[in-house]
Amino acid sequence: MTAPARLVFLGRLEDLAGTAEMAVAPGPIDQVLAALDRELAIALLDERVRLALNGALIGHGGAITLGAGDELAFLPPVSGG
Amino acid sequence: MLDARLSEGPFDPAQQIACFVEATPAAGGVATFLGQVRSDAGVEALEIRHYPLMTLPGIRTLGEAAQRRWALDALLIVHRVGVMAPGDSIVLVAAAARHRREAFAATDFVMDHLKSDVWLWKRERTASGWRWIEPRAQDYADKARWG
Repeated sequence: MTAPARLVFLGRLEDLAGTAEMAVAPGPIDQVLAALDRELAIALLDERVRLALNGALIGHGGAITLGAGDELAFLPPVSGG
Repeated sequence: MLDARLSEGPFDPAQQIACFVEATPAAGGVATFLGQVRSDAGVEALEIRHYPLMTLPGIRTLGEAAQRRWALDALLIVHRVGVMAPGDSIVLVAAAARHRREAFAATDFVMDHLKSDVWLWKRERTASGWRWIEPRAQDYADKARWG
């Protein structure tokens, strides 16, 4: 049994997911998203949502594969200050 | 000197400013900006969420950019996270410099970028529940002033 990867949902995405974090089986991102609730998966793929792997921003649509212990964060548009 | 912090609980801006000023006796000027939770009709509470892995590192990067752009003796950025009430302090920026223009400009620059460039998410509670605040076009326009 390999260690899981982790999805982190920020801002309004946390409400939509119903949780701040979710442990998932490592693997290609498409496979990980396909296992999620459909409405949530669509919200995560919104082009305004940025992705960060282990704290570093990455582009959309790349062939991301989550390894054991990886943390993939979904960051909606910010509204700070 | 750059002091960037997230504050999980209430902070006392007067005390923060006093410490900052005491540590920068050689500066000719200190500019400060304090943001407070606005008393908008019907708003009972405001919450700011952050992402520990990226939010504070992002604020530090912003502070470093301001230090590269202007000759500053010191820069302080304190940002609240968590649940706040109207009148609570949200953000304090203080810049100490030899001359006032640098201090004013650096403070303004940091505030404009905190609004649209740092990983913070804001929601407010009214009688009908919590509502996430979307970024405003004005926030992007403010940041664009700096090129």
